[in-house]
Amino acid sequence: MKILTGNDLASGDVIWWAGDGWSRQVGDAADVGAQGDELARAEEAALRVVGAYVIDATITDDGVRPAHIKDRIRALGPTVRPDLTLKPNDADAGNWVI
Amino acid sequence: MVEFLSFRDGESTQEPAVTVEAFTGQSNATAVRIEPGEDARELLPHLDRISLVEVNFPGFGDGRGYSAARILREAGYQGELRAVGDVLVDQIVAMRRCGFDSFHPAKALDDAAVDRALTRYADVYQKTIDGRAPIWAKRHPETQNG
Amino acid sequence: MYRYDSYDQSIVDARVEEFRDQTQRRLAGALTEDQFKPLRLMNGLYLQLHAYMLRVAIPYGTLSGTQMRKLGEIAGKYDKGYAHFTTRQNLQYNWIKLADAPDILAELATVEMHAIQTSGNCIRNISSDQYAGVSADEVADPRPWAELLRQWSSFHPEFTYLPRKFKIAVIASDDDRAAMRLHDIGLKLVERDGVVGAEVYAGGGMGRTPMVAPLIRDFVAEDEIISYLEACLRVYNRYGRRDNKYKARIKILVHEIGVEEYKRQVEEEFAHMRTLGLNPPVEELARIRAFFAPPAYETDLSDTIDRSDRAFALWLDRQVAAHKAPGYAIVNISLKPIDGIPGDASAEQMALVADLAESYSFDELRVTHAQNLVLPHVQKADLFAIWQKLVAAGLAEANLDLITDIIACPGLDYCALANARSIPLAQKIAARFADAERQADLGELKLKISGCINACGHHHAGHIGILGVDRRGVENFQLLLGGSGAEDASLGQITGPGFSEDGVVDAIEKVTDIYLAERTDGERFLDTYRRIGMTPFKEAIYG
Repeated sequence: MKILTGNDLASGDVIWWAGDGWSRQVGDAADVGAQGDELARAEEAALRVVGAYVIDATITDDGVRPAHIKDRIRALGPTVRPDLTLKPNDADAGNWVI
Repeated sequence: MVEFLSFRDGESTQEPAVTVEAFTGQSNATAVRIEPGEDARELLPHLDRISLVEVNFPGFGDGRGYSAARILREAGYQGELRAVGDVLVDQIVAMRRCGFDSFHPAKALDDAAVDRALTRYADVYQKTIDGRAPIWAKRHPETQNG
Repeated sequence: MYRYDSYDQSIVDARVEEFRDQTQRRLAGALTEDQFKPLRLMNGLYLQLHAYMLRVAIPYGTLSGTQMRKLGEIAGKYDKGYAHFTTRQNLQYNWIKLADAPDILAELATVEMHAIQTSGNCIRNISSDQYAGVSADEVADPRPWAELLRQWSSFHPEFTYLPRKFKIAVIASDDDRAAMRLHDIGLKLVERDGVVGAEVYAGGGMGRTPMVAPLIRDFVAEDEIISYLEACLRVYNRYGRRDNKYKARIKILVHEIGVEEYKRQVEEEFAHMRTLGLNPPVEELARIRAFFAPPAYETDLSDTIDRSDRAFALWLDRQVAAHKAPGYAIVNISLKPIDGIPGDASAEQMALVADLAESYSFDELRVTHAQNLVLPHVQKADLFAIWQKLVAAGLAEANLDLITDIIACPGLDYCALANARSIPLAQKIAARFADAERQADLGELKLKISGCINACGHHHAGHIGILGVDRRGVENFQLLLGGSGAEDASLGQITGPGFSEDGVVDAIEKVTDIYLAERTDGERFLDTYRRIGMTPFKEAIYG
């Protein structure tokens, strides 16, 4: 599937297009099909996102999984500071990234 | 909104600018346009017959035009020196300091933004050709005799 | 250290308001991201993986306790309680909100700090020797020159849109502690016939095409350095490549036209520029120099240190360097704890270090390009008390220049440009070699890790260097040997095919085993490598 991601303009938070708006959880990411670039432009013009781009992803037992390790790190947080990730209490979270 | 900004007294020339190649090749033109990769020093033998030099900024990130402008002013050019193209209000002050005295940006500028930019910095660190005393001269006025 | 006068302060204050204005225009949609990005970069604000990152300038790596305390406060108030010291002596905050950036810059301005030109295609922070002013081997303190250049380069109207970033380093001793030869321009202060001036080197750098800067001028006097550098920059601004971002640094220009041609063009421009009255009078450098006068060192101090605490003695031997004033010492504070993150400090640690500077070091601190800190003026009698406080704060690792004193960029855990994570690898290497005796036995071994070809971890200049690459979506690591950022500058050579994260740790162990087997008396790892070459190491690694 194709999903759309970027950063929130004002806060810089990593965000994922969830179909009807932006979510900070990659699990909410929706398939944007071929509409990603157009969506990105519209959302950037509306000042809701900065640096939006389309990536490949798959659905696994753990939910939406971005194809590239960089985006998996964006989805979780820095692997070397588990306390600052979105899953501070999940000891396995770093393994999901790899 | 400001589509054309000039700091010169009197009228700005409306004459169309020719290319450097056309100008140096033999031309009665008095207005010439420099592109980023061209050498402003090619104009130095002809400064007395030039009333307008346009320096093109196809993209504001290409800063070669700043050197072109300063080179012309250092050589004594006194005519109009105009920045054209992708010129944002955020570049106006630096351009002035390099010798530009008129601006024809591709997108009109906001008047209030221009005023804020022009008055933002009371002092400057470097000496250039704009006649402003740099901070080091103000710190040591006794070293700056006329 | 330098203190702002009202001119300096006004400029920084005006910059804060200018950026506040630009940020408001961006948030209101009056500026697109394409228009705003170069402007925010010129204030050190990047968009990174998880948030905006702000890079604060620490000019030539010198700061006061007050400034360090403010940096720690900002980490607590606006970030997530920590910050990262970089290989250009600057500081990075990783979790900044764009909406807060103007307020952060305003707070920095209250302690004479800023983020001006810490990114963008302009002249960046001028770096220098972390022992400037306190080392017996310097010709003169290089920092007054660095401050003169800092002011000259700030908002320079002609050089704000260069082909690419421009990094300058200034040193003043034969020992190069600032990797000067790996900068776009490097100055080395020298004395000729009783006059101090600079040797000028141009065209060094790392990244995709590392190069050691050649000498372009044997001597430039202090009252001509500005016009000479204007000539160097003008030639670069006019002729540096603009067609390809990866070939746009001055090192490519010097390489492509040749150093003799670059020198010739600079001399031609310099002949013109030295007539334009661009140089500040000597009184200005003298004014700046007065700020760097030695502090009021006490005399008749004891040189005796009680070494009976073994852990203290180990730290003393490793971390404390000789000071030129009798009774004083230079303290190196390691930001490389074995289980930590290289170069990171918590807000609490920054507050402690600020206290130590105020209590024990004439309120002065340094940041090194190896991502450590320095207390430059410490009485020997105070070393034990300082060490105890460092121990309590987790800042007493005794590993300066040893294998666990790793330089590592933030890597793929933080950086949008990275191909691989550098920090977990640094931690694995540190864990493997943690034993103090083993480290001491290996001796000076500068290991540097970059998470991508941009080389912010200076891997080309590592005795052992590691480059993270992306191999079909999987992190992979190339190993290099024999680099040096010191006065014996050399570029590391790649060993061969890359490794997994665990694989490269094993490979490093094999490399160090060869060193131990082959070294002759007194040889560092780098010396043995230079003597025996790559082959024995390659055979050991790849079998």
